[in-house]
Amino acid sequence: MSPLQICLLLSSLLFCIGLVGVLSRGSAILVLLGVELMLNAANINFIAFWRYGPNPDAGTGIVFVLFSIAAAAAEAAVGFALVIAVYRHQRNIRLQEANRLKG
Amino acid sequence: MTFALIIISALILGCAAVAMALRNLIHSALLLIGSWAGIAAFYLWAGAEFVAFAQILIYVGAISMVVLFAVLLTRQGDAPEPVEFPSFSRFVTGLIAGGGVAGVLFGSILGMPFDVRTAQTSPSLSVKELGTQLMEQHVVSLLVIGLLLTVALLGAVLLASDRRPDQPEDTP
Repeated sequence: MSPLQICLLLSSLLFCIGLVGVLSRGSAILVLLGVELMLNAANINFIAFWRYGPNPDAGTGIVFVLFSIAAAAAEAAVGFALVIAVYRHQRNIRLQEANRLKG
Repeated sequence: MTFALIIISALILGCAAVAMALRNLIHSALLLIGSWAGIAAFYLWAGAEFVAFAQILIYVGAISMVVLFAVLLTRQGDAPEPVEFPSFSRFVTGLIAGGGVAGVLFGSILGMPFDVRTAQTSPSLSVKELGTQLMEQHVVSLLVIGLLLTVALLGAVLLASDRRPDQPEDTP
């Protein structure tokens, strides 16, 4: 098994852990953390293909990962602000009870 | 080389899996910080030093603080309340969906004949070259991501602020 395949297996396992977390947990914070894990898995794929790709001097993989990290940071900021806004409305962050659009 | 990769993978996956299964939110957040640090170690292993330090700065430094503040701001009472799974069937459904996706991905990865670059030396891309690329080819993307960050952070402040829109700004 080549190192590239090990990297890809690592990233797909990480993605699936994040997916299970998003689908099965009830706390909004854990769901957001699962989304962060999935984004990190995508970044690992970019770096793996940059490292073992045919043209590693181009650096496009690294640049894309930097932009992806910036987008993930913006997503985390907005996501946790939403968690705090939900908490202010219903005094907990259980997603099952967040079923009102206007509260 | 591969041995180090396997150790790093075990660290990342172990921390992430335990974090997603725990009931204490603080423990989950701390374990995920360990997982992010492991991902930074993976970037170092792959030869992408700049991305590794960006990962440490942004994830281990900044996003972890946002997560911990969110956990502490949304606590109920003094004792940390355990976060249960919503229902057993939901947990099983999530596990089946995740396992299915993992099976599809594993099958395609293991069945794909990758044309791997033969040179085993890590490619070197200095920070200077990276900066030149960012400022020349990708300068539009850089500006757009800066704008996105500004708008997103302003929106986050607006969402999390306590002020009602019908209240006047500063009543004497």
